[in-house]
Amino acid sequence: MTRVAVLKGGRSLERQVSLKSGARVQDALERLGHDVIGIDVGHDLVTRLREVAPDVSFVALHGRDGEDGTVQELLEALGIAYTGSGVSACIRCADKVIAKHHMLDAGIPTPDFFAFNETAFKELGAADALPAIQERLEFPIVVKPAGQGSALGIKFAATAKDVPGALVAAFSYGDKVLLERHIPGRDLAVSLLDREVLPVVEAVPREEDFYDFESRYEIGRTAFVCPAELPEGVTARARELALEVWDALGCRGFARVDLMYCEETGELTVLEANTVPGMTETSLLPMAADEAGIGFDALIGRIVDLAHV
Amino acid sequence: MTIDDRDARTPGEPRTMTSGPGPRQTSRDLERYAGLFAARTKVMKSSAMRDLMALTERSDIISLAGGLPDTSSFPAASFAAIMSSVAVDSTARSLQYGPTEGLTVLKRCIAEVMAEEGTFVDADDVLVTTGGQQVIDLVCKTLIDPGDVIIAEAPTYPGAVPTFCSYQAEVVQISLDEDGMRIDELEATLDRLAAEGRRPKFIYTVPTFQNPGGTTMSMPRRRRLVEVVRERELLVLEDNPYGLLRYEGDPLPTLYSLEGGDFVIYLGTFSKILSPGVRLGWSVGPRPVLEKMNIGKQASDLCSSSLTQLFVAAYFESGRWQDYVNSLKEIYRRRRDVMLDSLAESFGPECTWTHPQGGLFIWVTLPEYIDTTDLLARALDEHVAFVPGRSAFLDGRGANAMRLNFSGVGEAEIREGVRRIGEVVREQVELYGTLTGSLRAIEPTAEPAPAEPDAELADVLHLPAPERRRGGGRGLREG
Repeated sequence: MTRVAVLKGGRSLERQVSLKSGARVQDALERLGHDVIGIDVGHDLVTRLREVAPDVSFVALHGRDGEDGTVQELLEALGIAYTGSGVSACIRCADKVIAKHHMLDAGIPTPDFFAFNETAFKELGAADALPAIQERLEFPIVVKPAGQGSALGIKFAATAKDVPGALVAAFSYGDKVLLERHIPGRDLAVSLLDREVLPVVEAVPREEDFYDFESRYEIGRTAFVCPAELPEGVTARARELALEVWDALGCRGFARVDLMYCEETGELTVLEANTVPGMTETSLLPMAADEAGIGFDALIGRIVDLAHV
Repeated sequence: MTIDDRDARTPGEPRTMTSGPGPRQTSRDLERYAGLFAARTKVMKSSAMRDLMALTERSDIISLAGGLPDTSSFPAASFAAIMSSVAVDSTARSLQYGPTEGLTVLKRCIAEVMAEEGTFVDADDVLVTTGGQQVIDLVCKTLIDPGDVIIAEAPTYPGAVPTFCSYQAEVVQISLDEDGMRIDELEATLDRLAAEGRRPKFIYTVPTFQNPGGTTMSMPRRRRLVEVVRERELLVLEDNPYGLLRYEGDPLPTLYSLEGGDFVIYLGTFSKILSPGVRLGWSVGPRPVLEKMNIGKQASDLCSSSLTQLFVAAYFESGRWQDYVNSLKEIYRRRRDVMLDSLAESFGPECTWTHPQGGLFIWVTLPEYIDTTDLLARALDEHVAFVPGRSAFLDGRGANAMRLNFSGVGEAEIREGVRRIGEVVREQVELYGTLTGSLRAIEPTAEPAPAEPDAELADVLHLPAPERRRGGGRGLREG
């Protein structure tokens, strides 16, 4: 019997999602016969970890702290084995801008973009460059915070007039924002488990314009198709790309890569990679694993087996 | 003897999934459950920023987001004494079911509360409910078929939105100004709907110290509203949780008490004058409507808690309930004044806010380029929270507004909380200035950033901005 601490909750904006993921992971671990302790991550995290002295920590934290390498760094300092990617991969994936640069360096297609921090606008007059940026990216432009998951703070600027407001909104979530070319098309997610590529999932929102926070986490708000019904070459290419991203960013354990498929051009582009993808009832990685014949409990068992110090 | 409690479970009883060899939980469960959901779940909305709002409950956050009355000032000794008297004097009754319409002893207290506002009712005509929220639910259950129109205010009480949505109503929102709901706009809307062959079932209003707007419907508009509904034979749902919490000005009569009030369903509650924890509200209204609501309540919960009904009745018997309301009014009036002063100190001239004469809320309108849902994320970093305005609209309006509550936290916290929000607003105003300053120079066609708020755009309440602003008018009364 392994003693597993499930780290969940925390102070990120995705706290509620993390609590859902964590609760589900805990149930699975209990069914697998592990000794499970849930920890709502807060000021006393180190004390709690020392008390509990787990064999493995299951990181079920999304967003800040849990997905950006902070908690991983702490676990390494304490010498506790943990699930998922290591510190460096977390850092690379949590910042969409860094992730995109690594992808570009590795020759992986990702939508054209520019990224700035607030200082660039305040001290360097970056606003003067906006018209040039807009010309290159073409409207509509997607404006998003570099570090936020779950689509929070993402705005579509249809005209130049919308850009400043969209930037102000995105800066609410962090110091760095990116302006990205909008790729119209279908939302795909390719999950990986120990470098094994799982079936492609397509998320089809029922009403909203795009796959937003609510439709992501409310049962019945989004239709999921798994395996996604795509032309054969496209599926193969999406899987190939996901594996390239996994390698380029140095992921471990499990991860989910989000892509857009533009039917008009037939192009696939990678938006981002998530090192702690959701484990809720509406989450995509568990769905893909299930399609591959790996039930939720087995999936969680595998992830724990892959934990490392 | 061994007892396997899994087998002992009666059919249909929920099974715990947390231990034992439960069923394999798969993602296909999702599709399986979703396939069973009623059509109405597709339009059922939990509040859009529910997950963000959950964060506002953290202990290290100054929350101006709640709608909570201050229950800390209720004397513990009286609470204990009243509870024991209920336990001793009414043991069996307080533990028993009661009549659906409520216990007579409580209905007499309700008549007394309403008389305090000049509204006289027969205790027999009262329907006791589980909080005021249940009245909204029962009115919808009684009147609304899918697709029916409900008229509400813009902004409206955010807690009514999920109820309206779950009955698949179409909600049309009528603007508010400083005199409450715009009745001219209401009439024009009713005409337009009539031309489309549609008749709204009811008009939902919080006429006094509106939540979230903080405004109060003027006397002429009250009169006109009841005339309009009588002429057109529509119903009004008058939601009046705050009427007794007036800090200045003269009381206005309830819509229900006006000539023509026979088309008014009245909603009252003990939540704000005693305790939301007792979960007791009530309704009075046209008898046929109330009878249907009674049947609806039987289906919902059979009856409201006998225990809390007897508690409230004993509380009314134990002394002057008005004294506690007066002590709350004292506390809230001071807190409101502190909040108004703090707003004047911390918010720039591009922001406007309402000046409530009572109730619990102030509605703040920011420049139109600030989205308060995103701003909340930034504010949470500064450990302060508010309700983003969007939650008070069903049509996407309100993005640049916020609701602030002044009843739930102390004066020092209000001051600090408003200061912190003012700080993050100022940051965003400056950033926007930086971003547009250069854009304007390059693109002469782009609209200039409003140095002064554009009254039409910036103020969803269409309030006359100047007297609401910093240093001006009634916002700075002596505390």
